[in-house]
Amino acid sequence: MRYPDVLRYCRSSQVIVSRRLTQLYTQCIVTRMDRAMILLGLLETGSAYGYDLKHHYDRLFGLRKQLAFGQIYATLARLMRDSCIEELEGEVSRGPERRRYRITAEGRDRVDEWLFTPDIPDENLQSNLFAKTVIALLIDDDAERLLDMQRHAHLERMRQLTTDKQGADFATAALCDHALFHLEADLRWIDLMSARLRDLRESIGQ
Amino acid sequence: MTHTPAPSAPLFCARDLRLSFGLTEALRGVDLTIRAGEILAIMGPSGSGKSTLLHVLAGVLVPAGGSVVYDGRCISTMNEAERARLRLTEFGFVFQFGQLLPDLSALDNVSIPLLLSGTGRREALARAQELLAVLGLQDCGDKRPPQLSGGQAQRVALARALVARPRVLFADEPTGSLDSLASEQVMELLAATVRSFGVTMVVVTHDPRTAAYADREVIVRDGQIRTGFDL
Repeated sequence: MRYPDVLRYCRSSQVIVSRRLTQLYTQCIVTRMDRAMILLGLLETGSAYGYDLKHHYDRLFGLRKQLAFGQIYATLARLMRDSCIEELEGEVSRGPERRRYRITAEGRDRVDEWLFTPDIPDENLQSNLFAKTVIALLIDDDAERLLDMQRHAHLERMRQLTTDKQGADFATAALCDHALFHLEADLRWIDLMSARLRDLRESIGQ
Repeated sequence: MTHTPAPSAPLFCARDLRLSFGLTEALRGVDLTIRAGEILAIMGPSGSGKSTLLHVLAGVLVPAGGSVVYDGRCISTMNEAERARLRLTEFGFVFQFGQLLPDLSALDNVSIPLLLSGTGRREALARAQELLAVLGLQDCGDKRPPQLSGGQAQRVALARALVARPRVLFADEPTGSLDSLASEQVMELLAATVRSFGVTMVVVTHDPRTAAYADREVIVRDGQIRTGFDL
């Protein structure tokens, strides 16, 4: 469910605050995670069946919303089309749920690019950053480096907002402050994660 | 202030800095270049070595290994008297709690660096009063530190750090003791004043909003500057 769908829901039902709206809002934050890249990252830890991938994904990222099998196979089909994964020969049996997939060299490049390209800083970033951090730990890549890169991108954005505030009217300054405080909250999470990477590694390795 | 190099010229070159306190390695091979006129934020978790790095750059601490070259002069091989002279004439300092002398007025506090460097009392007081006015404290000259708010006291500390027109200002958590609003006011004033004076500033902070006033930041972790993530 995307944000515009949430707005449509609000308008159509005349409901401003409801449990359903809360659920939709939560989902639209969760969908900020790049599922395709997460699945690709999970495949970098080793070849897997679609069934195993779903359960691996749900255990790490499905706290609020688990993946449907249909989503898994549709995503795997797209990744196959883009040459990021391939089926293991001799492993196809008893229908599509028994196909075993492995990542290709191109897929590894895509994961690497995803991990080490900082996201555009905004206030709902943490779910995707969390996913990147977990995948980096799972494939034994440099999670600390990607957090450092994101911190740098955040500080650049904060620098820009701070400059925009100088001499601005009160309303503009207030808007900049709103963004600054959200970015600051993200940075605190990044700092906390940097300090607790070992704990996170142990936790997801269980 | 004798002269100001071109804005992009390196003013500090620190190479392979190493320093331990007992068994604790505070700095473990730090390399850092600081350009003249820039504002650099040094960030990192508590105990990472960021304040130690600032004190080594400023010649307060002497590294066990490596070197700090400031404007062509090697600070790390100077004797204590030479470093003290350098700090008095070319560096200014602002700390978290201001460290004003509580029994002196704000005006007297600000004039101290000038008096110590041999400026006559009348001129020192005039220059101190002028700078207090620049920082919006023209009515606070007679007040003693306990009579000032946290933000005012920190601005007095800033005036004291800048009154002798240092080439470099070292600030260690300059807004650490202030609330959000006062912190922002002090930082805005600090950055604007430093830029207008052409002063190079090195600010240690754990606060991203303070770091956002800098031109760039470096992250110190476990006594090392994390590299390889510059975009």
